[in-house]
This record gives sequence, C-alpha cells and structure tokens, in this order.
Amino acid sequence: MTEPIGAGSIGAGPSAAESFDPGAAADEATRAILRDTLRGGARGVVVDSPPGAGKSTLVVNAALELAAAGRPLMVVAQTNAQVDDLVLRLAEKQPELPVGRLHSSEADPYDKALDDLAHVRKSAKASELAGLDVVISTAAKWAHVKGAEPWQHAIVDEAYQMRSDALLAVAGLFERALFVGDPGQLDPFAIVGAEQWAGLSYDPSASAVNTLLAHNPELPQHRLPVSWRLPASAAPLVSDAFYPYTRFRSGTDHGDRTLRFGVAADGSAPDQVIDEAAASGWGLLELPARHTPRTDPEAVRAVARVVRRLLDRGGATLSERAPDPAPLTPDRIAVGTAHRDQAAAVRAALADLAVTGVTVDTANRLQGREYDVTVVLHPLSGRPDATAFHLETGRLCVLTSRHRHACIVVCRAGVAELLDDHPSTEPVQLGVTMKFPDGWEANHAVLARLAEHRVEWRP
Amino acid sequence: MSLISTLARLEAVQTGRAQPVATVRHRHLADHPLVFVPLTTAGEAGAPLGALVGTERDAPRLLVVPQPRDRELRFAFLAELAEVVLPYVDGFAADTEAAERSESDPETGKRVKVEVELCTDAPQLVVPGRAGVEFVRLLGRSMRFRRTAEQDPDTPYPAPPRVPLLGRWLTHFGERARVPGSALLTAMTDLLSRHWASGQSSLEDQHLGALLAWIDPPPGERGADAALRAELARDAQGQLVCPPAGPATDPAFDNKLLAPAIERYDRARTALAAAEDGLAADQRLAELTAAEHAIRTLVESRTRPTWDAVWRGLDLLRELPEGDRAAERWTRDRWSYTGHRDRVLAGEPPQPRHDDAVTAANKLAARETAQARLEAQEALDDPLVMAGRRLAGEAFAGEVTDVVMAYSESKRPSPRPLITVRTEDRPHLGERAKVYRSLAGKPQSAQFVAYEPDGAVVLRLLDKMGRSKEPDEGSVPEKGERVCWTLFDHAPRGGPALPEPEDTPWTHGGPPDASGAVAVPLPDPVTEEDML
Repeated sequence: MTEPIGAGSIGAGPSAAESFDPGAAADEATRAILRDTLRGGARGVVVDSPPGAGKSTLVVNAALELAAAGRPLMVVAQTNAQVDDLVLRLAEKQPELPVGRLHSSEADPYDKALDDLAHVRKSAKASELAGLDVVISTAAKWAHVKGAEPWQHAIVDEAYQMRSDALLAVAGLFERALFVGDPGQLDPFAIVGAEQWAGLSYDPSASAVNTLLAHNPELPQHRLPVSWRLPASAAPLVSDAFYPYTRFRSGTDHGDRTLRFGVAADGSAPDQVIDEAAASGWGLLELPARHTPRTDPEAVRAVARVVRRLLDRGGATLSERAPDPAPLTPDRIAVGTAHRDQAAAVRAALADLAVTGVTVDTANRLQGREYDVTVVLHPLSGRPDATAFHLETGRLCVLTSRHRHACIVVCRAGVAELLDDHPSTEPVQLGVTMKFPDGWEANHAVLARLAEHRVEWRP
Repeated sequence: MSLISTLARLEAVQTGRAQPVATVRHRHLADHPLVFVPLTTAGEAGAPLGALVGTERDAPRLLVVPQPRDRELRFAFLAELAEVVLPYVDGFAADTEAAERSESDPETGKRVKVEVELCTDAPQLVVPGRAGVEFVRLLGRSMRFRRTAEQDPDTPYPAPPRVPLLGRWLTHFGERARVPGSALLTAMTDLLSRHWASGQSSLEDQHLGALLAWIDPPPGERGADAALRAELARDAQGQLVCPPAGPATDPAFDNKLLAPAIERYDRARTALAAAEDGLAADQRLAELTAAEHAIRTLVESRTRPTWDAVWRGLDLLRELPEGDRAAERWTRDRWSYTGHRDRVLAGEPPQPRHDDAVTAANKLAARETAQARLEAQEALDDPLVMAGRRLAGEAFAGEVTDVVMAYSESKRPSPRPLITVRTEDRPHLGERAKVYRSLAGKPQSAQFVAYEPDGAVVLRLLDKMGRSKEPDEGSVPEKGERVCWTLFDHAPRGGPALPEPEDTPWTHGGPPDASGAVAVPLPDPVTEEDML
C-alpha cells in the first residue's frame, strides 16, 4: 500500500490521453497520500508536487484529517506569509478548529487578518500553544523551540526549499512527518561555499528532502499528477522542460480558459505579443541582441509597456472557476525578474506609466504564488555570460509557471547562442545526485517553444 | 560583481593601474606573520617538492625534498617543517588574558558565564594564493592521522615525532580559512584583490605576479603590459621569468630543469649505495651532495621570487590603516586559536575525516553569520565600501530635513520620532522595511514609513533613545545632520542552537557511531572494467 505512484499508473502517457480524468487521478493520488500518512508504517511520507497541483489544499486536508484523528500536529512552513496563508485556509475550511500561530517576538509578526479568527491563538511562546490541535510556524521559529513534548505528527511544507540544516534543527520536535514540496523550484542556497560537504548524505546546504531520502530511502514517495493552475497550453512545456521524468497534466483542457480584450490591438509590438499570448498561452517579445547592464533600461521599459497595455485593453478572463468572465485587474498580473534591482527598476518604470497594484518580484519571492498573466524578464536577457545562478533550472521554472492564462517573456535576442557559448562546466562532485534536467537543457527547451510565439520589438 | 567594482576595473584598464576599492585595511596583519611558499610535485597529490618558510623577510628557511617520491625524505621534510612552524604556533600559547565565555551548565542546562583564558595574540600564516591554502589543508590531512613510534610501536611506517601535531594545526588553519573575514591563514592574492581592483578578471587575479604588476607596476609601464609579462615572459632557456606562485610548478621547469636534476640525484644515490670501498664512497657522497645542492638551488630559484612578492604585498597592505572592526574579527581568530590549543592540550583526537551532521550544520551557520557580519563591518568601516552598498540600493546617506516628535501607542508612551531624510541614493525600501545606522558604534534601528512627494525618505526611529519620555541627548538626529542608513543589520545574530551530535534525529541518520568515528564508506565494487 505504500507503493509510490509511478508515471504509468496515473495515465500520464500520451496513449492514455483520451481516458484521462484529471479530477479522478488527483483524488486517487490524494487518497493514497492520506492513507500512508494516517495509517502507514513509515515515519515519513514525501509528496512531490508540480506547480499549482493543489499542494496547499493537500496540506490543509491532511492537517484536518490528522487533527480529526486526535494527533497533535505541528506544521512547518518556510516564510511567515506561507504560515499566515495556511492558518487562513484552515480557518476557512473549519472555523472551530483550535489552531495555534507561533510567531516571532518582533513587531508585526503575523498578518492582522488572523486577529479576526476566534479559534486561532497567537503567541511567541510554544508553551502557551500546548494542547492545541494544530500549531503552525516557520522553520526558523520552530528551531528555537526547546524542551517541548514531541508532536506526534508534523507537516513540512515547501520541503524542497528547506535546507537540510533547518530540518536538523526541528526534526527532534516530531515523531513522524509528511513532507510536501515542489522539486522543480529553486533549490535552497547558502551565502558561503559549502563544497566541503558536497556528497555527504547530510550536506547542510542541500535540500531537506535530499537528506531525508538519503538516510531513509524506504520512505513512501508520492506525487500529485495534475496542475490545476497551469493551462493546457503551458503544462506540457513546463512538464517536458522541468519534470521530464515525472510528467504531469493540466487539469483543464484547451478552450476551458480564454483571455480576451475589449480594446483592439493598436499594431504595436506589445499589443501583438499580448494577442499572441492570449491566443496561445505564450508570447516572446524579442529585443535586438545587445549586452546590457542588469537593469537594461530598454527591456525594463518594454516590460512596463506590456503591463500598461494589458490593463488598458480591458482584459477579461474566463475559466472553469466561474461562469462569467472576470476582469483582468492589476492584482491578477505579476512581473517576474531574476534580481532585486531589476524588480526595483521595473517598479519604477511602472510608476512612470502610472501603473499600481501589479506585483513585481524576483523568482525567489514569487514561489508558490499564482496570477492570471505573468510578464517575465528573461534571466539571461542581455547578459554576456551564463552563470550557474542565471542558468538555475528552478529560477526559470518558477518564472514560467505562475500563470493561469498566459505568460509573456521579454528577452533580448541571442540567448540561444549565449547558451551554446556557455556549456555547463560545474565541477563534478562525487556522491552528489545529478539533477536533471540541468539549466542549460531546460533553457533551450523553453526557448525553442517560445520562438514559435515570437514578436519583434519595434521601438 | 557589484556595479562599483565593475567601474573600478574599467578605471584600472583605462589608467593602466589597479584602483583602490577600500580606504582601510579590512584584515588584521600580524606583526610577524609566518610566510609559507610551498611547491608540490607534478602528478602526485600531496607530495611536497620544497618550501620557503619563515618570519624573517631576509632569512627564509629553504626546505627541499630532493626525491619527492621517497617517503623517508618526505617525512624528513615534514619534520623539518614542523621544527619551523610548531615553535612559531606554540609561541602564542602561553601569553593569555582572562576572558568570559557563556557555556551551558551541564546540570541545569542554563547559559552561565565562565572565566576562561584567551591568548593575547595568535599566529598568522600567509601563503601566496588560494592554491596555497588548499595545499596547507592537504598537508594537514595527510599528516594528522599518522602515528609516531611513541604513539603506536607497531605502526609500520612511523612518522617523526611532531608531524601528526603539525597536521592537526595545519588542518585547523585550513578549516579556519573557510570562515569569511578570518585571518589565521590567508592568501596574499585574496588580501590584495580585496583592497585593489585590477584591470583583469578575478581568475587572472589569482596570479600573484600579475596582480602585483597591476597594483604596483614598474615606473613608466602600464599594468596590463607588466601583468602580461609576469604571466608569459620566458628567458632564453624557455623558463618563465616570473615563476608561478605555486604550489604547482611550470611544466617547462619540471621537464627541462627539475627532472634531469632529480635523475642525477637518483643516479648518485644508487651509485653511493653500490660503492665498494671507503674512497669510492667518499667521492660518490660528494656527487650526491652536489646533486642535492643543485635541486635546492632550483627550488630556491622558483620560490624566492614568490617569497619576495608576498612580502611586497605585505608592505603594500601595511600602508593602509587597519579598519576599526578588523580587530574584533581578529579576536575571533584568537578565540579559534585558543580553542584548538586547549583541544590539543586536553589530548583530544585529531579532527575527524568528515564532519558529522551537526558539526557540518553548525559550521555552515557560523560561516553564514560571519559572512553577513563581515559585509556589514566592512561597509561601516569604509566609506568606499559603503558607497558600493549605496549604489546597490542597500544603504542611503543624506541630510535630515525634518524631525517630528511622535510617541508609541502603549500605556507608557515611548518616543518614536519621525525623521525625514533627503537623499540622492535610491534604496530598495520595501513596505515597513527596517533600516539601521551606527550610533556611537551601536546600531540604532528605524522603520521606513513613506516617501515624501519630493522623494525624501520618512523614517520612524525605534530604539536607543533611553527609557524616559524624552529621548536621550544625541540619540535623535537633528535637522541638518548628515546620516547614513543601511538596509542590512549591523550585527547579524547566529541561528538557533542545534541538537547535540548524540541527539542527531532520524532524518539525518541518527547519532553517529558511539566511537565518534564517522562510518568509512565502502570502496566501490569491482567491475569488469577494473579488469580490462
């Protein structure tokens, strides 16, 4: 009963496409996960979740089931925003459930919306939350809890973004755990070199799941087979480029979602790329090849221009969620960049065009978020070199998998040549599991697909 | 690479001279550092060929292994190295001061202050480049597990008495060198490139001769030309004019000069062993001595230029005044030295082959804290470094244009004045971001409130204003005052305490072996390819 769900058993192959029922496949996977978590014999269960596959829903459901079974539960998330979000979701689903929010002792440690929830107790001390059905906090805060009675069960959210040493600090607090995360997103990183531990099973800079599975290879591993976020146009590309061995499907089909605009195109390049993306799900706005500083003013202006036009043209999205079209408002649009100074430059350019309310952030901070349309400044745009940072698979994966309808990439020409000039030359470390695909391969796969939806920038 | 260092490199190219990227020296330099210029043998890892070592610029000690593959000679070299290094290292052990350290009480588990010794100064090893640091580490690893005849009479190849101890110290130096901002063991190229930006890539900066050529070119010559000459120029015999800083040697030297000399030495040794009478032996001994002398001369000729370059680098660095907070980091180095001195005195075993899970995590956390602290301290010590952070949007400086008194909304209202700062910088201030400034050496924090219509930044001051209702004198900046705020913490704290190694959880493989030894991995299974 603890058999992992292989690619074949969920009918992800092309031959099974006709009979594939995404809802049923996802339910089956969820049932198996909950079965292993509640009644399995293993101390841990690992769940891999592709982008938008209902990870948060799974965490909430598992938390409710564990609480219903009378098992004291601690939940470990990575950021305060994730913790607050989980508390809100739990309270929405079951308002009477006694939930504890363990927070830091700094000013404004949690979302003020939590104050309105009657059954959520907040405290900076774990002892004041003892006995509550569910206690939720960040890994960093949990690491300071000492001398508490171990929890029977834990859920570790975003476990692939958690560092091994962070797990080491909290693993003594629980007896069994469910680890949930997305292996395709950004790996955790250290700000100093950690090569001396590369290849050790407990390399403190590796992800928590790597260490966990290296020491406990027998743990049941599951994965969620359906992405509910990514549209049918995006799931195959993201799956092929970033999850080639653990493919997933879109929960919706072509035609289930549409993006339309009330104002006709004015013939400019931003409007053309918007129409292309609305029709096909992808758009590439290509600027002439050039080496630029990171905050390439021309590319930044192009990004801002596209966002401005997205709003000006009165977009409306229609999806399986509601029978009527919903307006494409600024809060449903995000701009993704690789660096913080790029995000700052885009924010300034948007302010110049009087755009407010659009999220602009780096890949690291966009992880786990969802929008209708995303505009991405390509990490390699205008660069003279392709470093490991800019090639990282997870970075491109995060940037190209945040959208429900369409993704527009703004990039300078010449990235394919740049990639060919910079083959991956990272030193080989003995004992380290190779990560496939590497960033080089994934970048090429995404570029090849984007090239089909290319619009040239004409200033 | 930050924008300001890119700019400095461009300026270096344009002017033909390296540009300063620091106005103070960010690393402590000992009065008498031990300079170590090792050479290694091509093709055999960890087989030293020779070294120049010492604390006296004019009197380096030359150590040579005439036949590097001979383990007896290698041991003799290491024993001689121990004779130079260990007295220097031990020379700082006796001079101590009283200090306090907090430890957890074994009975109550509470943190209590304990009085301990702290050595007033510590040894400092300087090697030419990063490869030298790596070589120190390698030497340490190759020595610390050796057994002397005294430790184990049955050991097949006993090491000379002090060699394992030298291995432990070199391992300690090598490990300490991985801590950002530490100075127990440093590479001259790293020290120089921290303070000057050359017009070449950071990879090329690893060549000590080329880097010095940029920083201090010969009169009338451009840095680029001098650097190129240092890298490539060869004499009539085809030998590099400026030999590489090592430990690897130039192949032309290996093939043309070293290999024939070692061959001659081997021949002389074989001949001496085969000598049948005293007269022949005397003559052959003379030949052997001459052959050995030739190798010594060769090794000296390749190490001496590097030795002089390291001292020249030290001269250049000493011209800069030491940064205020470099002493604080050196104190941490002294703690590190004192700690290892105590472990050796207590008879603890040598450092294990691999760190266990808890030790590895603790080291990583300590180094990340050290890195953050180093970046903050360098910026606070040095306006040029701060300028780089300001340019990157991580700090801003400006004039206070308005101060409005305000109070917190608690039972006992405390002062929370609003400060308006007009700045030309463009900091990346997020909503309610925390910023810090240095107030008499202590960080004072404030919260970003809003931008004024003219772009000025409004901050709410949060602390360091005393306990009374009115803020302490001088704790609130006044109108017209120039202030510099940083978005980064000035004294980043370490993370939470990790479990003890014996409490390693199941996710990390459980506690290590009771013996303290990490399990030795099994050798790879023999495959058909091994038999080809």
